Amino acid sequence: MDIGLDGGFSEPVRQAQSSFRAIMDAFANPGTVQKFAHLAPAHGLLQGELVSTLLTLSDQDTPIWLSGKLRQTPGMEDFVAFHTGAPLVSETGHAVFAFAGAADELPDLDRFNPGTQEYPDRSTTIVLAVTAFAGGDELVIRGPGIRDQRTISPIGLPRNFVAQWAANRALFPRGVDLLLVAGGAVMGLPRSTRIAEGQ
Amino acid sequence: MNATAQYNFAYLDEQTKRMIRRAILKAIAIPGYQVPFSSREMPMPYGWGTGGVQVTASIIGPDDVLKVIDQGADDTTNAVSIRAFFAKVAQVATTTHTGEATIIQTRHRIPERALGPGQTLVYQVPIPEPLRFLEPRETETRKMHALEEYGLMHVKLYEDIARHGRIATTYAYPVKVEGRYVMDPSPTPKFDNPKMHMSEALQLFGAGREHRIYAVPPHTEVVSLDFEDHPFAIQHFEEPCALCGAEQVYLDEVILDDAGGHMYVCSDTDNCETRRAAGHVGALGVREAAE
Amino acid sequence: MYVAVKGGEAAIANAHALLADRRRGDRSVPALRLDQIMEQLGLAVDRAMGEGSLYDRELAALALVQARGDLIEAIFLVRAYRTTLPRFGYSLPIDTGAMLIERRISATFKDLPGGQMLGPTFDYTHRLLDAAIVDGEVPAPVMREAEEAQAPRVTDLLGRQGLMEPDGETDPARAVGDLTREPLDFPLDRDLRLQALARGDEGFLLALGYSTQRGYGRSHPFVGEIRIGEVAVEFDVPELGFAVSLGRIRVTECQMVNQFKGSAKVPPQFTRGYGLVFGQAERKAMAMSLVDRALRAKEFGEDVVAPAQDEEFVISHSDNVQATGFVEHLKLPHYVDFQAELDLIRRMRAEHEAAAMQEAAE
Repeated sequence: MDIGLDGGFSEPVRQAQSSFRAIMDAFANPGTVQKFAHLAPAHGLLQGELVSTLLTLSDQDTPIWLSGKLRQTPGMEDFVAFHTGAPLVSETGHAVFAFAGAADELPDLDRFNPGTQEYPDRSTTIVLAVTAFAGGDELVIRGPGIRDQRTISPIGLPRNFVAQWAANRALFPRGVDLLLVAGGAVMGLPRSTRIAEGQ
Repeated sequence: MNATAQYNFAYLDEQTKRMIRRAILKAIAIPGYQVPFSSREMPMPYGWGTGGVQVTASIIGPDDVLKVIDQGADDTTNAVSIRAFFAKVAQVATTTHTGEATIIQTRHRIPERALGPGQTLVYQVPIPEPLRFLEPRETETRKMHALEEYGLMHVKLYEDIARHGRIATTYAYPVKVEGRYVMDPSPTPKFDNPKMHMSEALQLFGAGREHRIYAVPPHTEVVSLDFEDHPFAIQHFEEPCALCGAEQVYLDEVILDDAGGHMYVCSDTDNCETRRAAGHVGALGVREAAE
Repeated sequence: MYVAVKGGEAAIANAHALLADRRRGDRSVPALRLDQIMEQLGLAVDRAMGEGSLYDRELAALALVQARGDLIEAIFLVRAYRTTLPRFGYSLPIDTGAMLIERRISATFKDLPGGQMLGPTFDYTHRLLDAAIVDGEVPAPVMREAEEAQAPRVTDLLGRQGLMEPDGETDPARAVGDLTREPLDFPLDRDLRLQALARGDEGFLLALGYSTQRGYGRSHPFVGEIRIGEVAVEFDVPELGFAVSLGRIRVTECQMVNQFKGSAKVPPQFTRGYGLVFGQAERKAMAMSLVDRALRAKEFGEDVVAPAQDEEFVISHSDNVQATGFVEHLKLPHYVDFQAELDLIRRMRAEHEAAAMQEAAE
């Protein structure tokens, strides 16, 4: 069987809906861990959580950026083309969605599209696989969707994340939104979230 | 054409749902900002809730429990029609009880009972642009939002005060979300504005004809615009609900005869029924019991 | 005692049953068949297809019957069906120069290559009600073979002499706009504007076009050419490497020729207003071409002073499905908001009366 045509959701309508609800709840409640009810199988280096997010949100209308490492996986371009029809772009600024299997595959956040002041929605959403949602340095976050404050401690965030995120927050309403995935679950950090304390 | 045309789960095709879902995520990430989306023709007319229906159709799943209200009531014809639509195309469970619903689609009211975490309130919005009646051009209002230039709105509200001695806006009363975007709460009476502030529920707004989706995440600051010398105040009713005796709720005036006879009853029918079932009785209920 | 109005569900079901009854009418009268509508109410079918944006005569006929002949309701039915259809791709541009012409007239030239052909027109009929058409015999019309020699478009004839503005270049890499897939973002490019006009309400465009003739955005129009007939629709299949024909559709095209005195950069030449509509829809195509030209005012450095020249105004209000929905939604209950207004008016009246009393007392 052709490696690119394999995989995907077994029940596309239902699984896309439940995955979307996990992602929506993740963005509406930043810093919480939202389980994917049905996880799509991994495809090569593209972990199941990344595959689920990709299949749920992208199609021919959403140019996709894949990290160099992901893109070089044999059959990856066929997989994305067959399951989503999304065009792959190499320019980070043109991506509606960006996928990376680890933080070291990801360029700085400011390389992606923050949208414009008139259309801040025309921005990149970054989907990043992290090692785990707990056990890392503690970050205290505040903002819409968070009662008072919430503490998170993911392992595997990008370098200088606190400074990078502060710069991203300063662009508001422009900015990128971040989805972290690990362990069959997703955590959202929309651009509206502030990191109040953390190294 | 297939006479018994087969429609997808929740009516919309998957590509349309994805497009709407992406818009919803952006709306949540930028609270109060109106995200343009490519609204579809729906099998009900524009202006009758097509925006709310598209949002609901894009988020709803087989495990959801749906409540639909119009004017606060579950039994108004358009609410009945939309609820029947989803029961048919998505085979979801429906309810009239606010506490049982995971998704509540509404036109013109927010339920009296405080919404909890995990609930989503979907508003049907006719004109999403709060500045539209001050500036009809989209090209201009978009600039105003970009520059956070809301002086025109304050001038309008102040002119009200100069002319009428008060802010004369009673519904669709503009709010500011997280200190950034001025937003139209949809034509709910201003009585409901405080319920939007720091709500535990996710609030999604769909305007089908105007092609806009916007959102207020849970625990988000929603402040009604006002002035220090004219603070925002909600409507106050002099008498309680005639059926259940509730105070501090929004009431409908019902005309009983042509001689000025009238009564006030809860606009939120579920709240009223729940109270009556719990033994609360209003003035008319007492008389009924005495007969 | 007071009983709240209940039973919305039963009321709706009963209303729909009554609607079905009225739609069918007297059962002793034979029910309309779709082929009768397609054959004998063809122009209504064409309008439902055009503003419904779906070329399917049978579905449009069904919509007309279902809508009891209400055209906007029929258009709405067609649209609501169209929106659920999967999108396979975009056809190649149709070539109206290669049209199998049934009607072709020009108001700018007495004769021209390919000739003038009146075709099936109401023009020059005397509008006298004629009961004989109900069951009278209709003799076969005089027909001739379609000519191999093509009829070049009048605008192309003028263009060869440099008297007509060029068609305009489009970047081939640029995707054609589609307002059914992307939200509108003003100002629009002309492709989106023409799409909106082609779907726009005939009555609204007719009134706007008329207003330009009465001085609200005057553009000195001449009908360069109207042609009605069939064109081939072709679809590029990447896997095959060539275009395949999907069939033929009937369209009406109107090319309006408008005066333009030129500018510092452009020599004096005629400019275009363009109309293209499914089926035979001459009034609509003409109105569309007038409004298209009016909306190009900025392009030619003309002052935007009239309603027909105002893109945001025209395009935001030309869609009759949107318009009818929003106008008709006023009949939905609004009593919650009305209650809020009642309360405000009562309070303001009370204050007004109190002030008047005080004044009288002083």
